[in-house]
Amino acid sequence: MTTISDPSVGTTNQSFRLAMLLNDTRYRSLTFQFIALVAIIAFMAFVGGNLVRNLAEAGLNISYKFLGEPAGYDINQRPIEYDSQSSHGRAAIVGLLNTLIVAVLACITATVIGVVAGVLRLSNNWLVSKIMSFYVEIFRNVPVLIWILIIFSIMINALPGPREFKGDTPSASMILFDTVAVTNRGVFVPSPEFSNSFASTEEVPVTSTGMDWLLILAALVLSWIVATRVSQWASKTQEETGIRPKTWHMRLAIWAVPLAGVLLFLGLTWNIPELKGFNFKGGLQIRGSLLALWFALAIYTGAFIAENVRAGIMAISKGQTEAAGALGLRPNLIMSLVVLPQALRVIIPPLISQYLNITKNSSLAIAVGYMDVTGTLGGITLLQTGRAIETILLLMLFYLTVSLLISAVMNVFNNRMKLKER
Amino acid sequence: MTKKDVSFVRHDTIPPSPPPASETGLVKWMRQNLFAGWFNTALTVLAIYFIVKFCLFAFPWFYNGVWDAGSIKECREILKAAGKQTGACFAVLVDRWDHLLFGFKYPADQYWRPTLAFVLMLVAAAPALFYMYVPRKFLLFTALYPFIGFWLVWGGSLWVPLTILVAIIATAYVFRAVEQLQVGPRQVLAGIVGLVAGVGLAYLLYLGAKELWFISGSMGSGGVLSMLFGLLFKAASIFMFVFFIPMGIFVGYAIYSDAEDGGLVTVVTALFAIYVMLAYLLGPISGAINSVIPIELEAVPSRDMGGYMLCLILGSVCVSLSIPLGIVLALGRQSDMPLIKGVCVVFIEFVRGVPLITLLFVANVMLAYFMPPQSNFDLILRVIIMITMFSAAYIAEVIRGGLAALPKGQYEAADSLGLNYTQATRLIILPQALKISIPGIVNVAVGLFKDTTLVSVISMFDIVGMIRGPIQQSTDWISIYWEVYLFAALVFFIVCYSISQYSQWLERQLATDHG
Amino acid sequence: MKKTVILGALTVAGLAAGAAAAATLDDVKARGKLNCGVTTGVPGFAEPDANGVWQGFDVAVCRAVAAAVLGDSTAVEFVPTTGKTRFTALASGEIDMLARNTTWTFSRDVDLKFEFTGVNYYDGQGFMIPAELGVSSASELDGATVCIQTGTTTELNLADFFRSNNISYEPVPIETGAEAVQQYNAGACDVYTTDASALAAQRANFEDPSAHVIMPEIISKEPLGPLVRHGDHEWGDIVRWTLNALITAEELGVNSANLAELSGGSNNPEINRLLGTEGDLGAMLGLDAEWAKRAIGVAGNYGEVFAKNIGEDTPIGLARGLNAQWTDGGLIYSPPFR
Repeated sequence: MTTISDPSVGTTNQSFRLAMLLNDTRYRSLTFQFIALVAIIAFMAFVGGNLVRNLAEAGLNISYKFLGEPAGYDINQRPIEYDSQSSHGRAAIVGLLNTLIVAVLACITATVIGVVAGVLRLSNNWLVSKIMSFYVEIFRNVPVLIWILIIFSIMINALPGPREFKGDTPSASMILFDTVAVTNRGVFVPSPEFSNSFASTEEVPVTSTGMDWLLILAALVLSWIVATRVSQWASKTQEETGIRPKTWHMRLAIWAVPLAGVLLFLGLTWNIPELKGFNFKGGLQIRGSLLALWFALAIYTGAFIAENVRAGIMAISKGQTEAAGALGLRPNLIMSLVVLPQALRVIIPPLISQYLNITKNSSLAIAVGYMDVTGTLGGITLLQTGRAIETILLLMLFYLTVSLLISAVMNVFNNRMKLKER
Repeated sequence: MTKKDVSFVRHDTIPPSPPPASETGLVKWMRQNLFAGWFNTALTVLAIYFIVKFCLFAFPWFYNGVWDAGSIKECREILKAAGKQTGACFAVLVDRWDHLLFGFKYPADQYWRPTLAFVLMLVAAAPALFYMYVPRKFLLFTALYPFIGFWLVWGGSLWVPLTILVAIIATAYVFRAVEQLQVGPRQVLAGIVGLVAGVGLAYLLYLGAKELWFISGSMGSGGVLSMLFGLLFKAASIFMFVFFIPMGIFVGYAIYSDAEDGGLVTVVTALFAIYVMLAYLLGPISGAINSVIPIELEAVPSRDMGGYMLCLILGSVCVSLSIPLGIVLALGRQSDMPLIKGVCVVFIEFVRGVPLITLLFVANVMLAYFMPPQSNFDLILRVIIMITMFSAAYIAEVIRGGLAALPKGQYEAADSLGLNYTQATRLIILPQALKISIPGIVNVAVGLFKDTTLVSVISMFDIVGMIRGPIQQSTDWISIYWEVYLFAALVFFIVCYSISQYSQWLERQLATDHG
Repeated sequence: MKKTVILGALTVAGLAAGAAAAATLDDVKARGKLNCGVTTGVPGFAEPDANGVWQGFDVAVCRAVAAAVLGDSTAVEFVPTTGKTRFTALASGEIDMLARNTTWTFSRDVDLKFEFTGVNYYDGQGFMIPAELGVSSASELDGATVCIQTGTTTELNLADFFRSNNISYEPVPIETGAEAVQQYNAGACDVYTTDASALAAQRANFEDPSAHVIMPEIISKEPLGPLVRHGDHEWGDIVRWTLNALITAEELGVNSANLAELSGGSNNPEINRLLGTEGDLGAMLGLDAEWAKRAIGVAGNYGEVFAKNIGEDTPIGLARGLNAQWTDGGLIYSPPFR
């Protein structure tokens, strides 16, 4: 079939009208596409027929009913409410959110690491730049799966277990005034709690603290709007008088006062983790599997981003740096005001594909037991229901959607960055 | 006061005094490169602190390493007996060296074969990688290498790869012969080939149509979606039923009417020739020769491949297969035919949008359902198919970049010379576009090679699979991590770092326009 | 024609594996090899040794079947499978039988269309915990972090157990036994749960096995056994009765030492039927008369296989317990050969 759709056709026989379909450029492409269409349909028929026949032979059928049945297993990290009686569908959503959590965290961290390493690699400091190129080379040239396994092993074996915090002379202790516990089960940090939470009042039947956070967010947005106004006013004054009024105390107040007010109103208290029974209780647990995956992805991808950043900075002509220097800017100002903003345009397109890579590589969570969507839907659910075709199709659909969304959002961002170019 | 003549005229210049100690040699270098400003100094001190700390931690571990022990218990006892606090058990590498490199099932007395194949691969790659230094005629060996490598690694009769090679060469001769045929005989040939191809195609389409009807029949009637799909398949089936005879006639006629020019008829004849040779003549001929002159290596089934060798096999095979496929996809994506372009775009974006691991799951648990019930693909073959598709999509994007980077004038010049699409692409566009794309392709190849470790997730024993499976779970080496993982990291680093250094060197070689 | 294209391409690649169709026995005979799915490595049950030869309790079942069908206990292609891939490998015909610690459950038998051909090991899910924690019962595990080796019914049993006892826990799912042990030993989890046999096997390899206790509670029934595809009853019978032959051999006192002597004929008619000197049980299965003799000849009877791979004298050190013959108070019981 592929022979026929070979585009290397060229005939010279003009006497037949049928030959026009092959020779005449007006029709030729239509002919090829028609042949391609038939070929595709035939291929689909072949594949689909096999599928139907094989399934019939094995006595199976394609059905997504299992998504509504109780999952029966527990998940440790639950962004939404879930227990073992929830459905497989809900388990898939929990996994999906976990994937997004680790992907977002790793993207942010990788960007920070990448920019720092990329800038430092160009540093005048010989030692620092050598260390950074060592870091970049060693992480770029070893598979990410091996890094995940190594970093997970380091976390498990180098950090103390909760048991070591026990006893009269514990071999490990909490840090930061006994508020944070770093263990090999994860990091326990204090979590905020609201004694006057909306959730506890009876008028608002919200079971979570969602309303509280919404209020805090509202306060922050308000502060941001006012702060922007203030800095606009400062800029205007500077243009008129040449002197920029000192606004840092105003801005501090604008940010701090509403936030403090809201928090006071909500009755903020900190839930500090405590060693009780087997483990630390209270506070927020950032699990070891999340940490390991997060850092492994961030450090690994950070090395790639560092290379992109370095290439971006190198792409800015030396004249820009020299001109900025001639204006009397200090090196760190040259970097942050002149070079990086321009380099950003070169950096962003490869950055998009690195973000996509992080999202896709997060599926390696399977190696450290982080319950992402590959672990729930493509892992235990697949295992328990045996619905391989359905779960894997759903899994691919999910990753495809996320990838397309990320590239769409980042492309919009990229286009907005581009518009400023003159 | 006596006036004394103090006038003095120097006859030679004063030798330049040495610069201050702070401006020379090591000191100056350190001042400039390590201690310029307080920030730099702080960075340096911090860096030195971490390096020292790391060395103090890692060096004893490495130095105390035990290289000779049968199990981890034995190793720990040796360390304890020597009174060492920390120490590595490199003995696992000695004990399981073969397993790490070749997997646990490759026959031990045949290890020289993959080793030789690897060395020959380097030799074969040299003419392609350093084409500016190595004479072109050495490319012949590169072309022969796939057959040699295949025979060395998989074994079996030498005559199988040799007959395939002969079949390919023979096909080229068939192609040449048909091309040079007189118009008269060629028309006869075109008639025969056209008839066979037309009837064959019509038959295939008829089968496809029947298949579609069968699918639509087995579509459950419950639910709107399945009804909709059932209707869709029925429509496609009717479409095929209507068109299978016209399509056969048309294609047969197209081949026939092409006799004078010869493009199509030569290609189709050559394809027929290679199909007949491979499907019907290969087995009997190679079997017959082998029974007379048996040149055989012990055959190793692909399931027995493992260790680092498996990563290398998967990496090299998939990259080499995916380059042609990537070129086709890239050209398809550049095509102005909406359907072909659409298919290529959907394929590329789909593959790039999902993680390799899900594609490997597909290879492992789904692909079998899409194959005819009687056939059964080997897992390694299914994995090769999926990884090839995966890397082809990425390579297609790199090549598309190369095609886009080509000045429009090149396309126009090709058109103005009167070259058709095939000629223009083959002679003008691709050579330039590929040259631009080489560094990108090398990057994809490195990434793909690293990703071959993911096959460990689907129960294949590559180097990571060997470590996480048979080694870590064996009674002897039950909780060993660092030594084996660091070893795996090291072997990957060696290969990937060399390739990326080559890529950078090549980029400098190619960047002639910047001077 | 399409099939020939694909088959042709396969012959070319030289990578064609066998075919899978309804008549598995014919396929196995034509291929001359038995494709048997095993784990990627559980000490004592299935693991490749330093020479790459598969050894273990589950592996012995595969070898016995190969000996019975093909007359050669080494004519087995061991296909390592993970928990995820084992069922599709069997359903798609990549393997002829699965001898991988797989629990016989209703849904696997009925919904997934497999046929369990018996039980070769009665297991149950247990807990292991460091002795220093001083926990004596699983009901005291409130708030514990539990490492689970995923891939069997473990997660579900665990969820059910903690739910029915109304206590909380933190599950840490882990893919391989080795990584679970790594986490457990480093204190990243308090409790490690998987099948009791695997717990014992892994504890035996600890630096100080006595520092860890396996709790008395067994929270689930895990009848592990070989399974085949639904629908091919002839093949299912062969696998079932090969396993039964090993079990019956132990019951009747047939072992590798006296096998040759007994196969000359004995006073016990059931031994004679088993070893093919009387009756034609083999022919009923579509095999020859000596099938069971060959199966037993590989590594002896059930008891010998048990003792050699996971018995008390091995590093695994499992007691027979539930897996003793019914005559010794265990559950191992084979229907009669008659």
